Amino acid sequence: MTLSPATKSAIVEAAAHGGPKAAMLDALKLVQQAEGWVSDADLAEAAATLGVTPAEIDSLATFYSQIFRQPVGETVILLCDGLSCYLCGGDAVRDAVMQKLGIGFGETTPDGKFTLINICCIGGCDRAPAALVGPDRKLVGPLTPDDLAALIGGAP
Amino acid sequence: MSELPLTGRARADRSPHSLAEWQRFGGYQALPQALQRHSPAAIVAMVEAAGLRGRGGAGFLAGTKWRLMREGAAKSGPGARYLCVNGDETEPGSFKDRLLMEALPHQLIEGAAIAAYAVGATEVIILVRDEYRAGAAALTRAIAEAEAAGLLGRDILGSGFDLTMRVHASAGRYIVGEESALIAAIEGERPVPRHRPPYPAVSGLWGRPTTVNNVETLSAVPSIIEHGADWYLGLSRTEEGGTKLYGVSGCVARPQLIEAPMGTSARELIELAGGIRDGRALLAFQPGGGATGFLEAAELDVPMDFAHLKQAGSSLGTGALIVLDDRACPVAAIGRHARFYARESCGLCTPCRDGLPWVSKLLDALEAGQGQRGDIELLQMHVDLAGPSGRSFCDLMAGAMTPLKSGLQRFGEIFAAHLEGACPVGRA
Repeated sequence: MTLSPATKSAIVEAAAHGGPKAAMLDALKLVQQAEGWVSDADLAEAAATLGVTPAEIDSLATFYSQIFRQPVGETVILLCDGLSCYLCGGDAVRDAVMQKLGIGFGETTPDGKFTLINICCIGGCDRAPAALVGPDRKLVGPLTPDDLAALIGGAP
Repeated sequence: MSELPLTGRARADRSPHSLAEWQRFGGYQALPQALQRHSPAAIVAMVEAAGLRGRGGAGFLAGTKWRLMREGAAKSGPGARYLCVNGDETEPGSFKDRLLMEALPHQLIEGAAIAAYAVGATEVIILVRDEYRAGAAALTRAIAEAEAAGLLGRDILGSGFDLTMRVHASAGRYIVGEESALIAAIEGERPVPRHRPPYPAVSGLWGRPTTVNNVETLSAVPSIIEHGADWYLGLSRTEEGGTKLYGVSGCVARPQLIEAPMGTSARELIELAGGIRDGRALLAFQPGGGATGFLEAAELDVPMDFAHLKQAGSSLGTGALIVLDDRACPVAAIGRHARFYARESCGLCTPCRDGLPWVSKLLDALEAGQGQRGDIELLQMHVDLAGPSGRSFCDLMAGAMTPLKSGLQRFGEIFAAHLEGACPVGRA
């Protein structure tokens, strides 16, 4: 049993709108908010809290791209690889970020600080090339390979 | 361009207004007018007469959609009816709804409340994509303010009309923006498209009559109620009413959102965005986002509305104008789109699930100069079998094939050159 009583009661509360099934995504987001990602054990506990099967809730967890079924770093960087970002030099920014962090898309730095994910389109075409960074999904851009500080702060 | 009903009151820094500020700027004038002076049927007629077309891409007349909902709901008998607001803006190149939700939440709430009154809905669910957390937060705060002021909730302004409103935050998937998938998402089902009929107007959310409208569509509604259908029609340069929030991006000097009369040309919009970047020439543009066909310099003066762009062989889509200059390789550009659509296929049907990764790989290979004889024919086969006139369960595959279809037609020589390992226009 790993979920906090607060998380569990928030999950129960979420079911008030449309019942347990409609609350499954809320439950996954609450778990992720508390734990950073959704482990098998947490998923099973969330399912038990709602009275649905783990398979039902996992069918959503594996569908939505922003539900993480494996651990992610402290800061998640969602780098846009859509056409508008590409046309504004997105590939050079991507290469520079990957080189600086030493990881590819879908990977986490060994120190657990950053996870890099490709995404399109983040609706930041007026600030292309753009990325969403951190728990608030803050929009940053236009990025150049030289101003990575905005993206990854004090990374090595 | 003096009349900007959608964005005229947005702050430069895009921070949302408090309810008190919004009311000082003239907000929430239309809702009391609607509830106290007009019947729901009269509102529907007014919006139909204003020529407001759905801004999510399909361009169906919003008033007609509402009328069909009322007719469908009449057959369903008493019980709940729903209005779902589509804030799952994920189409490549589209970034207009972000501004409307983040900076102008009360405008959207007022429009949604009027729409709910018109169609007889008692609950509004605003589905916002996960990546727009600032928008979801602004809307949640604004809904609470409106409830506290009696602009939402029970017996709104003494009219006897009850309405609740809430935000459903999604978790990232393009397909959630498809009308029937959006309904499934709110119900907690795996968000894949559903077969129609029955249409949502008859059987939508929880099997009840439901209307789904785009954020921009609803944000235009308060101004129509306040100033009338003729005024709204008069804002446009064509027969399709109002203004449009165009997003200009790609190879322009200053990518930006521009609210302009419906029917403004791509030439004017590109000029307003500072012209083609670095003094280059135009190669092509997509007028309405990732799923729309390419146009070229000869079509720069086509009025950007649904009818004229269709006639020109493309579509208005979301009004997201993506500009390619003469150094931007169309094979690479189409490849970026193909990769996106392949990644975002929900996997429900085979043409999309298997076809799109195949197309994406073929385009990647061509871009890298590693294409093989027959690749272009294979791409054309996908267009023919699963393209705009083909068969797949929803429109995702057809939309994904649209830029490829027009790319093969318009830039056949560039594709052929890639087969020989050379890119005549690309940066590489």
